[in-house]
Amino acid sequence: MNKKKKKIKITPIESGTVIDHVKSGHAMKVLKIIGVMDKQMNSIVSIAMNVNSSYGKKDIVKVENMELESDELDKISLISPRATVNIIRDFEVIKKHQVKLPEKVKGIVKCINNTCITNQNEPIESEFDVVGEDPVTLKCVYCEREMKGEEISENVI
Amino acid sequence: MVSKFDKKHVVSIKDFTREEINEILDIAKDMKEIAIGNKIDNSLNGKILGTLFFEPSTRTRLSFESAMKRLGGTCIGFARPGTSSVKKGETLADTIQVIASYVDIIVLRHPQEGAARLAAKFSEKPILNAGDGAGQHPTQTLLDLFTIKEEKGEIKNKKIGIAGDLKYGRTVHSLTHALSMYECDLTFIAPNALQIPDEIIKDIDRLGINYKKVENIKDVLSELDVLYMTRIQRERFPSEDEYLEVAETYNVKKNMLDNVNENLIIMHPLPRVDEISADVDETKHARYFQQAANGVPIRMALLKLLTEGYDE
Repeated sequence: MNKKKKKIKITPIESGTVIDHVKSGHAMKVLKIIGVMDKQMNSIVSIAMNVNSSYGKKDIVKVENMELESDELDKISLISPRATVNIIRDFEVIKKHQVKLPEKVKGIVKCINNTCITNQNEPIESEFDVVGEDPVTLKCVYCEREMKGEEISENVI
Repeated sequence: MVSKFDKKHVVSIKDFTREEINEILDIAKDMKEIAIGNKIDNSLNGKILGTLFFEPSTRTRLSFESAMKRLGGTCIGFARPGTSSVKKGETLADTIQVIASYVDIIVLRHPQEGAARLAAKFSEKPILNAGDGAGQHPTQTLLDLFTIKEEKGEIKNKKIGIAGDLKYGRTVHSLTHALSMYECDLTFIAPNALQIPDEIIKDIDRLGINYKKVENIKDVLSELDVLYMTRIQRERFPSEDEYLEVAETYNVKKNMLDNVNENLIIMHPLPRVDEISADVDETKHARYFQQAANGVPIRMALLKLLTEGYDE
């Protein structure tokens, strides 16, 4: 563990979930996507931003004493396709999961098209088909407008 | 004829396969004589069409009403939102659910993109999209295809030039998608600033369709089976002078048609402004009024398919 601590200069947690390799500057959006802001959690949540790594700068999100479901965390891939989810018990990584792009995205992102019906006062959630991986490209099920890359991260609800 | 048509709603041309489109076009052909009153068909007697026009579009609305009445049905509705509860702040979702309980089928025109998809989600009755903002207008595309098929015998492999505002024109995007399904050879004729968007090109590339982009109609006119003109809107240009310069190039006149393919047909979704001079109307190439008339049989075919299925 000491070796790891040195490498990433960040305190390990005893148990919980560590989301690593988050695209630099996107940690707060990850918190939003996984619903940390809304959930009444007692867990300690900490984030590190602009951490040096072998792939350049990255962010890290740690949620203590809570093992988050990987399906739920796959949504992170929309803004940070290379993120990994590590489940920690007794300071050991017992499960590592590379986030995968879902086929559909509901809620989470607002359609970039201001005149899309999902941006009016209607009782519906935004809904997108994932139509491209690199860059991540979403197509609105309603207005069929495509949005990609930064447009997606800028429109996380 | 056994119908393969199993769609409940008509929202976007992209929801349809070529076989389904062919079936709609075949039925529209059967409807032609009824559409002009030469034959009587009262198969939709007792059915009610709701026409919900949240923005005015007189000819689309009237052609739907004509189609319904030619089949013995009746229509209720409104022609602009000022007369509806939307003005009081009701959501489209609520309006649709209420009106769906009054009618058998709904035709919807709405200024916001995606409105028809939303309506389809909330309506227990079929929704026919009659244009949603800059989004889809599938019945226009179907009547365009019907016109090409009627005039040319088939759509497949035809050389089709599409001219005008290809960047913002919704008719053009849906039509391009549909013509790609028929493996047509496409020529996009527009000033660079209004050329067809890359994402549309990406789609047709995927299908391996032959296409080219040009700026001047005159350069390609002699190669085409069909010239599809669209309107270039003044407001897309930074200055009046720039608009006038482009508008001059995108104007088809009778004297340009001397060396064209004898069977060339010229189409336009109408209304036209300066894109086609009035002297073209008298040539054998003009088909835009026929095209507009084809809106009725196409809409009749859809009303029949969606309300009762079709069994001949």
